[in-house]
Amino acid sequence: MQFSEEKLAKVKEIIARYPEGKQKSALLPVLHLAQEEFGGWLSTEAMDYVASLLQLEPIEVYEVATFYSMYNLKPVGKYTFEVCQTGPCMLRGSDDIIEYIKQVLNINVGETTPDGMFTLKTVECLGACGYAPMMQMGKHYREHLTKQKVDEIIAECRRNAAAGN
Amino acid sequence: MGRKLLLEKAHVPGIRNYDVYRREGGYAAVEKALKTMTPDEVTEQVKKSGLRGRGGAGFPTGMKWSFLAKPEGVPRYLVCNADESEPGTFKDRYLMEHIPHLLIEGLIVSSYALGSNRTFIYIRGEYAWIVDILEQAIAEAKQNGWLGKNILGTGFNCEIYVQRGAGAYICGEETALIESLEGKRGNPRIKPPFPAVKGLWDCPTVVNNVETLAAVVPIINLGGDEYAKIGVGKSTGTKLISACGNINKPGVYEIDMTISVEEFIYSDEYCGGIANGKRLKACIPGGSSVPILPANLLLKTAKGETRMMNYESLSDGGFQTGSMMGSGGFIVLDEDQCVVRHTLTLARFYRHESCGQCSPCREGTGWMEKILHNIEYGKGKMSDIDLLWDIQRKIEGNTICPLGDAAAWPVAAAIRHFRDEFEWHVLNRQECLTRNYGLANYATPLPITA
Repeated sequence: MQFSEEKLAKVKEIIARYPEGKQKSALLPVLHLAQEEFGGWLSTEAMDYVASLLQLEPIEVYEVATFYSMYNLKPVGKYTFEVCQTGPCMLRGSDDIIEYIKQVLNINVGETTPDGMFTLKTVECLGACGYAPMMQMGKHYREHLTKQKVDEIIAECRRNAAAGN
Repeated sequence: MGRKLLLEKAHVPGIRNYDVYRREGGYAAVEKALKTMTPDEVTEQVKKSGLRGRGGAGFPTGMKWSFLAKPEGVPRYLVCNADESEPGTFKDRYLMEHIPHLLIEGLIVSSYALGSNRTFIYIRGEYAWIVDILEQAIAEAKQNGWLGKNILGTGFNCEIYVQRGAGAYICGEETALIESLEGKRGNPRIKPPFPAVKGLWDCPTVVNNVETLAAVVPIINLGGDEYAKIGVGKSTGTKLISACGNINKPGVYEIDMTISVEEFIYSDEYCGGIANGKRLKACIPGGSSVPILPANLLLKTAKGETRMMNYESLSDGGFQTGSMMGSGGFIVLDEDQCVVRHTLTLARFYRHESCGQCSPCREGTGWMEKILHNIEYGKGKMSDIDLLWDIQRKIEGNTICPLGDAAAWPVAAAIRHFRDEFEWHVLNRQECLTRNYGLANYATPLPITA
């Protein structure tokens, strides 16, 4: 398990942001890189690799990885739907959207479809309350969700996957 | 139409790019501050402006800056808090997405005032695409000589870095943010020592919200005294309000704090009224942590005065009959909404986000969620309402950081103002599964004239 040259250069660049000896500060950004590089989740092996890279004890990495909700500690599907369910989204119908996705994908919250394509998660407020209901998919937000929009997003994902993207 | 200082240029085409921003008068505050003012003079202007922290606490920014310790030979840091996570709040995101250079400009001026040569923007991890926008703006600023070494030939050096969080509301608390920036779990620190003395890597540190730091730009351009003339009383300048919930025009609005709550909700310039022709039931005016108010207390204070959109008026009456400006996250509930269900989602949020350090918060937030869940799903007892009240009282004030208070207040206010809605759930266990309480008896909203 090893970062690409490009990622290693990025790690170096991140460490240089902090004063000498404070490379532990790079832990959160480097865990994000690791999750990107190693299939969308952080295995123990990946966390140990990050620890060695930043000269930390493995436990320093585990305790951080388990604290923050964006680090996946088990494998996820190719596309993860992270649907907000907090108050402002609830007021605009997020409960219905979550139910609809469960029904369409035939999975429960926290599960992945058998083909490994989709994972459904519920999340707490993502700061898009004025554009509710919403979900995060990868790097971007999908906002003003309706059932029709959910259908379109699922179709888009399947198209992209079929095209090898 | 109110005066705009932050978003005035936000819709100029291409304003995200340096050239357009500069052409529109951008970076004049950096020139003015670095070339004609000492760092202390910049701080003095911020003090005079009366600017209060826009993240939620409303603490005077100039005073916070003046607490910064300046021991010889020890670096000082400015950290911009872009961990916007309070439910109902999405104003910083709007500012960073639309006019990122305003934040960068504010950061350079503020870094100069505080003597920070290495400044960080700590942004919530989910705002991943905004990291790219900010890094692009920083690169452009650097190419054009506003960042780097010996800026404008003044000998002042400054670099700005963007650090992504990874999903934790608690990291919006300044000491938890510092812990996170050091690569640790976001556990808040016991204060004192305050960050102004012992912050990032044990060095003196100031942590300010995005909107606060952006507001430094108009303060320097106008002068602190002129800025202070905008607004009313101790609510000086302009405030970004992010409005959401059951309104016709959710979005981010810049107000000058002289308008009434009624105008803000019903005027077409702002929220445009309640969606689908419904009536207003309740509102949380300053982000999920602040007390919810029923419509009558929202629009008028207990004394019968018109409630205004500013710090003083929103908190008029204390927690008994008032609320808070908070972060400016304005959440509106229409007549069809269930206060118990809404409070349950907030309780779930705080249980999820408690760092687990202090037992009143760790255990109490879990209990509150479970009890609210029971009441909402027709399994509640009358005594549960008193139990909820008791638990929130035992969390408030008994934790290291304000998350405990933030979790307690929404539950307390919901019971204080909507107790009969909770009781109705207990008395109508089947009916509450199929319909909501509506406006019923708790408080008859005033007739709306607007």
